[in-house]
Amino acid sequence: MSEEKMLVDVRELKQYFPVRTGWGKVLPLKAVDGVSFTIRHGETLGLVGESGCGKTTVGRTLLRLYKPTGGEFYFDGELVTEKNMPSLRKQMQMVFQDPYSSLNPRMTVEDIIGEPLDVHHLYSNKAERREKILSLMETVGLNAEHATRYAHEFSGGQRQRIGIARALAVNPKFIVCDEPVSALDVSIQAQVVNMFEELQEKLGVAYLFIAHDLLVVRHISHRIAVMYLGRMVELADADEIYDHPMHPYSKSLLSSVPIPDPRIARERRRIVLSGDIPSPLNAPSGCPFRTRCPYGQDDCAECMPELKEVESGHFVACHHMEDAARMKEGVQLR
Amino acid sequence: MSEKILDVRNLHTSFRTDAGEVRAVNGVSFNLEEGKSLGIVGESGSGKSVTAYSILQILTGNGRVTGGEILFRGEDILKYTPQQMRQFRGKKCSIIFQDPMTSLNPTFTIGNQLMEAILLHTDRTKKEARDRAEELLTLVGVNEPKRRLKQYPHELSGGMRQRIMIAMALSSEPDILIADEPTTALDVTIQAQILELMQELQKKIGMAIIMVTHDLGVIAEMCDEIIVMYGGRVCERGSADDIFYGPAHEYTKGLLRSIPSVNGQKEKLIPIAGTPINLLNMPKGCAFCSRCDNALKICLEEVPEEELVSPGHYASCWLNVKKRMEGSGEAAS
Repeated sequence: MSEEKMLVDVRELKQYFPVRTGWGKVLPLKAVDGVSFTIRHGETLGLVGESGCGKTTVGRTLLRLYKPTGGEFYFDGELVTEKNMPSLRKQMQMVFQDPYSSLNPRMTVEDIIGEPLDVHHLYSNKAERREKILSLMETVGLNAEHATRYAHEFSGGQRQRIGIARALAVNPKFIVCDEPVSALDVSIQAQVVNMFEELQEKLGVAYLFIAHDLLVVRHISHRIAVMYLGRMVELADADEIYDHPMHPYSKSLLSSVPIPDPRIARERRRIVLSGDIPSPLNAPSGCPFRTRCPYGQDDCAECMPELKEVESGHFVACHHMEDAARMKEGVQLR
Repeated sequence: MSEKILDVRNLHTSFRTDAGEVRAVNGVSFNLEEGKSLGIVGESGSGKSVTAYSILQILTGNGRVTGGEILFRGEDILKYTPQQMRQFRGKKCSIIFQDPMTSLNPTFTIGNQLMEAILLHTDRTKKEARDRAEELLTLVGVNEPKRRLKQYPHELSGGMRQRIMIAMALSSEPDILIADEPTTALDVTIQAQILELMQELQKKIGMAIIMVTHDLGVIAEMCDEIIVMYGGRVCERGSADDIFYGPAHEYTKGLLRSIPSVNGQKEKLIPIAGTPINLLNMPKGCAFCSRCDNALKICLEEVPEEELVSPGHYASCWLNVKKRMEGSGEAAS
């Protein structure tokens, strides 16, 4: 599949955290357990899943905010290692979920946006620095007179704009957006979502868009990956996965999304899963979803299903994909 | 037409703060029919939660209902004595809060907290209360209820805790259940479980539900009637179909345009410009006019009155008045 050079190529990424369980015992918490995916230049990959499925950890591990336990990450054809990461940081940035805690309250907007420029020595004199900051602020729709203000003087939506301007400062090719609109009001969400789209059109930047609001993810993403308990269970084009989800987990996840349309909401059938997500410390053997799967069979416990290409561009990790055709006819989002 | 169980008329609630008086709820009127579900939707600071808290009189110390009437089956509960109010809370009307992680006491067992509610509102003995608690846990779909009664809140997951909260709210079979963002802190699949449970229980017990949320999807799935709030006022109220398919207020229209479409068409979202208003600094006229694309001169000056759009559907917007006057002008000429 890789005649085309991928911007992001992740292979079997693993991230385990040590957890002390008392009496000096340490168990590995497998937050991300062998996840592979690719992102093209200027593409948005949406990453969805419930809390604790490891979607945020994937984003953070890619940017080496954690040291990965295993796996390889090629960025623009180059293997990312501890050594070349500092120089690659210029090309990868992150926008955080909470615009209230991710901005330093003691810095002015100018300094927040200017910090990446300082770190990477991206200007030759003060005037150039200021000019760059002002043009970044304009890009994200902030007024020039806001430059000397502090973060607390802004509303949530505006703070998120500051965070985005900071990420854009070094002219990255790839931005990890970790739930960038979840903390915002509905009317403000649309402003920020539109801005992400406009920036992509203008600058050609690729996003890994992590979110749990599935309607927003569908709107912004080209392809979508669904995670469950540290594993990727399905990956396909955005429309394909919403209209024809194949993995039983994706199906129930998508059917659980409340639809802001009363007529559809009344007619549609939800697939309500029983029970809660198992603890990743004590994950079920074999397929991690089998304990809640409506189609679960005995052999699901034996081994972990691989992520296989079932149709062109549509990857699913399920032992019983021979039933795919039947399952595809099943319940849809609409 | 079924009977009105709750009739809120011109409710005003304000908070005293160092920066001045904050009028969080500013003339809100609505009514709730027996056994129906009503959704209050709005963004943060729109006064939706304060409206719910005003009904139960559980405002923080600096908050106070300053005007209006809340009629519960014809009786004004604002005139209740503290004693009567305690009877009303829990027994007639109970509430589930947004965050199941913080609304349970971490130092008591589930059984202890559930039984407290039962013992307070019914004259059961301790043993009967325990049986009833078990029964309630079964009702809300908690497995192994006997064991759960002995557990502490931290031993349970978020969805499980929210079920406990619902069981507690239902313990005295209230006539009205207020749910303040009951699923916001939960994952989508757990949210679906809880919404399903609430719908089922409503059918079984026949209580009325007031659902406070910012999620238009949840509202569309759960509610018969909807109130849209902005800046402490009601913009628009009507049946779910009225609001979603025939919105008559610019704010409601804007809200519906700003959510991604269900069928996945990749048209650009149309956001509402500007930022939510500051309640300390309310404009003289319509609260929404600074963000409204079609604002008229009068919108800056005067607060629009609530008007009937179609039977059961009310909106407060000067544009409707203008349209109506133009219409009647044409008819006359």
